[in-house]
Amino acid sequence: MDLSLSTRTEGGRTIVEVGGEIDVYTAPKLREQLVELVNEGQFHLIVDMEAVDFLDSTGLGVLVGGLKRVRAHEGSLQLVCTQERILKIFRITGLTKVFPIHPSVAVAIASSD
Amino acid sequence: MAIVELRFSALPEHVRTARLVAAAVARRAGVAETVLDEVRLAVGEACSRAVGMHQDRVDDDRPVTVTLDDGNGRFSIEVNDGVPQPTLTEEGLAEGAGLVPDLSANGSGLDLIENEMGLAVILGLVDDLDVRAGAEGGVIRMSWPSGAKSAETVG
Repeated sequence: MDLSLSTRTEGGRTIVEVGGEIDVYTAPKLREQLVELVNEGQFHLIVDMEAVDFLDSTGLGVLVGGLKRVRAHEGSLQLVCTQERILKIFRITGLTKVFPIHPSVAVAIASSD
Repeated sequence: MAIVELRFSALPEHVRTARLVAAAVARRAGVAETVLDEVRLAVGEACSRAVGMHQDRVDDDRPVTVTLDDGNGRFSIEVNDGVPQPTLTEEGLAEGAGLVPDLSANGSGLDLIENEMGLAVILGLVDDLDVRAGAEGGVIRMSWPSGAKSAETVG
C-alpha cells in the first residue's frame, strides 16, 4: 500500500491525515507535505496516524524534522495514534518524550487549547 | 534447513518488497504471529540502511542481498549492503550500541535522531543481533525463534 495524505483545518489546527505505509520510499512525500504547510504559515499541526499500517525510522525522522520546523515558529506538532505496533516504535526510540501523542483528533485539539 | 535469498538494486522502492518477502518466509518458518511485525520492521530498517549506504555512490550497481534462513530452530535474516567498508572495531561496536539517543536534553538530540534512528530501532527490537563490516560489505544479522526443529532435536 502506498502513502495517502490529506489535510484539513479543525479547531484552529491543521490536521494531516496519513494512511498506508511510511517508509524510506514514501517518507519524502510526507516531508514535502509538512514543509509545504510550514511554508504556508501553518505552524500548529496534528498528524493523524490512525490509518498508518507501517512506520519505520525514516518516517520518524520526517516527523522529527517537521517538529523542528514548527518549533522554529513557536508552533507545535502533535500526533494521534492508538495502534500498539506504531506506538512501540515511538517507545523504542524514546520519542514518546518528544511528541505529544493523543488517542483522537478531538483530544489533541482540546489539549492544545 | 531452507534458505531464501533476495537480491535487489539499492533503491528505496524495493525495501517494501524485502519486508513482504521476509514476513512471508518468517510466517512459513513458524515464527510467532506476535513477532512478525518486529521481523518486518527490523528487516525494513536493515534494508533502508543498506540502501542509504549506496547514496551518492556513482556507478554503484552492487545489489543489496537479503538471506533468510530457518535452520537450527531459529529464523535468521542477514542483510548485506554490498558496500566495502572498514572493519568495525570493538570501540565502533560499543558506539553503535549506544545509538539510542538521549532525549532528555530538549532539542539537542533532534538532529541526531532525524538522521540515524534505524540502528536504534533494530537494537530495540532484536535480541540476537550481529553487526559487521568489511571488504565484502556491511552485514546486519538478526534471528528469532522459529517453529522449525533444530538438527539436534529432529528424530
